Amino acid sequence: MTQESILRVRDLHVEFETNDGMVHAVRGIDLDVKPGETVAIVGESGSGKSQTTMALMGLLASNGRARGSATYRGQELIGLSERKLNRIRGEKITMIFQEPMTSLDPLYRIGRQIAEPLVHHRGMSRKAARERVIELLELVGIPDPARRVDAYPHELSGGQRQRVMIAMALANDPDMLIADEPTTALDVTIQAQILALLAELQRKLGMAIVFITHDLGIVRRFADRVYVMRYGEVVEEGETSVLFDRPKHPYTMELLAAEPTGRKAPPPLEAPILLEGRNVEVVFGGGGGWFSGPEAEIRAVDRISVALHKGQTIGVVGESGSGKSTLGRALLRLLPSDGTVRFEGADISAADKRAMRPMRKELQLVFQDPFGSLSPRMTIGQVVTEGLKVHEPQLPARERDRRAIEVLEEVGLDPAMRNRYPHEFSGGQRQRIAIARAMILKPKVVVLDEPTSALDRSVQKQIVDLLRDLQKAHDLSYLFISHDLAVVRAMADHIVVMKQGRIVEEGPTDAIFDHPREAYTQALMAAAIDGTPFRQQAGAFE
Amino acid sequence: MFAYVLRRFAGAVPTLFIIVTIAFFMIRLAPGGPFDLERPLDPLIMKNLERAYNFDKPLWQQYLIYLGNLAQGDLGPSFTRRDFSVVDLFRTGLPVSIQLGGIALSIALVVGVFLGALAALRQNTWVDYMVVGTATFGITIPTFVIAPVFSLFFGVMMGWLPAGGWGTWQHMVLPIATLALPQIAIIARLTRGATIEALRSNHVRTARAYGLPSYVVVGVHALRAAILPVVSYLGPTAAALLTGSVVVETIFGIPGIGRYFVQGALGRDYTLVMGTVVVIACFVIVFNLVVDVLYAWLDPRVRYD
Amino acid sequence: MSNTTLEQAAAPQEPLVAGRSLGQDAWLRLRRNRAAVASAIVLLLLALAGIVGPWIHAHPYDRIYPQYVRAPASLEAYPKEDAIVPAFESALGRARVDIGEIELSGSTVRAPVSDDEALDPRIVRYIDRSDLFSNARLEDGDGNEMTEGSTSAFMVADVQRLRFVFGTDANGRDLLSRILIGIRISLAIGVLASMMALLLGVTYGAIAGYLGGRVDNLMMRVVDVLYSLPFIFFVILLVVFFGRNFVLIFIAIGCTEWLDMARIVRGQTLTIKRQEYVQAAEALGVSDAGIVRRHIIPNALGPVVVFVTLLVPKAILLESLLSFLGLGVQEPLTSLGLLIAEGAANMRGAAWLLIYPAVTLTAILFALNFLGDGLRDALDPKDR
Repeated sequence: MTQESILRVRDLHVEFETNDGMVHAVRGIDLDVKPGETVAIVGESGSGKSQTTMALMGLLASNGRARGSATYRGQELIGLSERKLNRIRGEKITMIFQEPMTSLDPLYRIGRQIAEPLVHHRGMSRKAARERVIELLELVGIPDPARRVDAYPHELSGGQRQRVMIAMALANDPDMLIADEPTTALDVTIQAQILALLAELQRKLGMAIVFITHDLGIVRRFADRVYVMRYGEVVEEGETSVLFDRPKHPYTMELLAAEPTGRKAPPPLEAPILLEGRNVEVVFGGGGGWFSGPEAEIRAVDRISVALHKGQTIGVVGESGSGKSTLGRALLRLLPSDGTVRFEGADISAADKRAMRPMRKELQLVFQDPFGSLSPRMTIGQVVTEGLKVHEPQLPARERDRRAIEVLEEVGLDPAMRNRYPHEFSGGQRQRIAIARAMILKPKVVVLDEPTSALDRSVQKQIVDLLRDLQKAHDLSYLFISHDLAVVRAMADHIVVMKQGRIVEEGPTDAIFDHPREAYTQALMAAAIDGTPFRQQAGAFE
Repeated sequence: MFAYVLRRFAGAVPTLFIIVTIAFFMIRLAPGGPFDLERPLDPLIMKNLERAYNFDKPLWQQYLIYLGNLAQGDLGPSFTRRDFSVVDLFRTGLPVSIQLGGIALSIALVVGVFLGALAALRQNTWVDYMVVGTATFGITIPTFVIAPVFSLFFGVMMGWLPAGGWGTWQHMVLPIATLALPQIAIIARLTRGATIEALRSNHVRTARAYGLPSYVVVGVHALRAAILPVVSYLGPTAAALLTGSVVVETIFGIPGIGRYFVQGALGRDYTLVMGTVVVIACFVIVFNLVVDVLYAWLDPRVRYD
Repeated sequence: MSNTTLEQAAAPQEPLVAGRSLGQDAWLRLRRNRAAVASAIVLLLLALAGIVGPWIHAHPYDRIYPQYVRAPASLEAYPKEDAIVPAFESALGRARVDIGEIELSGSTVRAPVSDDEALDPRIVRYIDRSDLFSNARLEDGDGNEMTEGSTSAFMVADVQRLRFVFGTDANGRDLLSRILIGIRISLAIGVLASMMALLLGVTYGAIAGYLGGRVDNLMMRVVDVLYSLPFIFFVILLVVFFGRNFVLIFIAIGCTEWLDMARIVRGQTLTIKRQEYVQAAEALGVSDAGIVRRHIIPNALGPVVVFVTLLVPKAILLESLLSFLGLGVQEPLTSLGLLIAEGAANMRGAAWLLIYPAVTLTAILFALNFLGDGLRDALDPKDR
């Protein structure tokens, strides 16, 4: 590894002028990329990892300024004129983005968009470019490329759009490809395919890849070297294997340890069934409006049966659109559904809103998005005590306040903050508030709908720990809905794998993780759990 | 697409029908009539007139007769301008209004889009501030203020242009300026906002990341997205401009159709009022359709259905 | 948005940390917006002028001064010095008496008059009838009241000094007082019509949005159909046919402007209904009424407030347009639109009749628009 670096970044600063003053997003980082190597930049949201690459591509927002030096094969990029920069971007250095849904222009056919760098950098004719585009689409595994070349972006799935982006990135045989969280917005199985594709293409074409991600699992399997960023600084760098085995900086250690660990023991066999659904079915659409004609029916949950025992955590796993959230809401009778739902032996399938109200105290729900689940116009105190007002209306205000203090302390928040409003809290804190809102009622069953998915890894771990502590302290039963298998493994003692509204496979957590029987479960596991490097899948080194 | 246009026209018929019905009965239920003059007419003449115009029949019969005539393209005789049929009045007035409105609209579109895009590309520079400031003026000041002020300043005080009247091209300058100015302002503001949004969008970032020259980034990727809200705005606006403006035609003394409605309503000229309603509704329907077709052509995500 | 999370501030236990609500945040942002603050002040002053002005201003808005038709705007008092003597002469001329030399001293005019017969004391009316003079009297040489039956005396009158800061209109009414009453009428109609639209729109939109499903579908179809009607024409028809009175005008305007409001409120309601905090409230067992009261209304309020501030200028504009077309309020009451129309008709030779009302209306519209923009920026800090 004594080759000359193709990219040398020295003392790079990025600043943004905002209404709240200057924000120093990147604070003097050094970075090297050698030909053909894969470098990962890892960090949590706000660490400045994306802004670093935006700065050297000249893509900073208009209020952003870059200082310092970044040279590509000796050519200084910072402060380079747009015209000169345009000879490098799209030709020598290309980029793919996090948002496959919006990164392509919705108004033009994909063929034309992929051809644009060819036409403008290589002076190719549109006709010649089209041939090359079809070749590229074939290369990135788009089926029927000769026809798809004339498709519009909205006619493709998210994974396919990311493939199109990759095709565009490869069009001019670049020296270096910057991939900014290219799989974050995709389902796990699609993620795996895209990563495998990138690994394979790199092997074939030999470009360097700069991989920006928050996902350590990807880094471990994908990168040669790693830079760990926090608060705009590189806190540690090194060879992937070295860094993972012997992290030096405490933050790196924290990140590595942030993967939730531990296993949950199943409840005793004699534990009673608390919440049970039998042949639960939820159908959306159908019927249609008076004017709109019949709509297609969507069977979001298709005759599913689950039984949640006291003290148990059932992990419901599946990709987006698999119906797992719908199942959770149907079991809480928040959605109209067919089939029977029993709570503590009583059939509540036919209970209306009024009849359900006393039971709501026992059956609680925590949402994924801690930003959307708290009313922005209520103080934390009001949010947390709203349920008390419904279920214990006779409670005097002083007592309500005492209960709020108690529960806020229990979820690890300073009760002195209860006059504040949600927008004044961070994501992790808000999720604690949402948990407090459920816990104040002392429920028996809590449905946790992706409670950690919107959070950074290190915060995720804290929330997982909190949920486990609460479960132990109050003998709670959880229905834990998540697409994140690492978290599910740490939380649940029983797993239900869902796909398109049906249960594909279910069983004790270890059995599912260690010996998945169904192909879909295997694909999910392979995509998410360490040990199956993409390079192997792609037939690459190791 | 042809089927789509046909379907849309078929869908417009009930709307038109509702409009005609409401307008017809509203006018008729109002007090007063076209022959209520200061000096009452001789009862015999009155009777003859009423018979001639079917006023002696029950209202629902008159309504059916009107619908029947309408279906044949006959809007009836004007009551206040006895020598003309309503169709005649539109035949002479409509070209004038369309000419003024069409020129004003074209100018507004070209100038507005240009200024808006310019301001967006030079965001937070003096160019931007100038455009935004002028646009705010143009949007805020109503036509019935601009029109007399223009007429006063350029016509009466400076004497550069005729303060009113119709005939030569000089007569058209002030009315067109009055009509175009607020539209320039609105279109510039729309374009500016949409362009800024488009420039911030991910797909424009992609275009820049791929080193495409800025005329491609802006001209091909940003502006096409930015023009979409302008196109939507254009439908009702075009209909309104081409059917004349009461204010502008009154102040500059222009023989267009903009004044017909108010004059007709005041004079209880039932057929003229109905005619205006029908003509304007048709314009609105046609231009909404044109805009929808145009929009679908510009944005492949929109389908004809 | 402030990014102050509490991680840094989690220091010692303080009794209670006061939070800043979104409303307070918005208020602070609004106060920092200089254009919005200036607009609010201008509006306040104009409103004050419209409300109090007509009471304290010297000229009633419907008082006609026949001698001062189209008097140009001027800070100096009328009559002008050189106009007094001729006016006195012409007024006195009608008395058909012999007039001596007219002298003007300070604010009194004095002229010897004589006749073949005894002077009729009633001739003072000729002078009093003029807007320029008051307190006309016949005196003898010493300043005492003329003795009855004299054939010569002095006609003495006080010059009545009047100020027409904005001039007078074609009927000889003070333009300033007309503008003041116009402000009052325009603002009143703007506010009342907006309230009307608010009431209709919020009720309709909230019902449609909250009930959803078929009811929503049907209610919104009705709005769509109403939208496609050329509604301004129906306002005109309404006003033409049912008389031009104040109440009808604002009802008519309110009835046309509520459609947008209904759409906005419905959209807001639908969005908020889908928010997780509403689902969370449902999961807590909060009743429908509680959800509407505690969650939907407070969160829908922001856009509604913004829309209302933009609705007021629209309503004023519509009223002015109606007045301009001669369909608004009736003389001698007036509104800014009517004044502009009169100004336009008289602009040759009396430009001030157009300029002052136009400037006033423009100022109101500008202030309202800036305030509305400021409110929108303050309440919806997405663009920051």
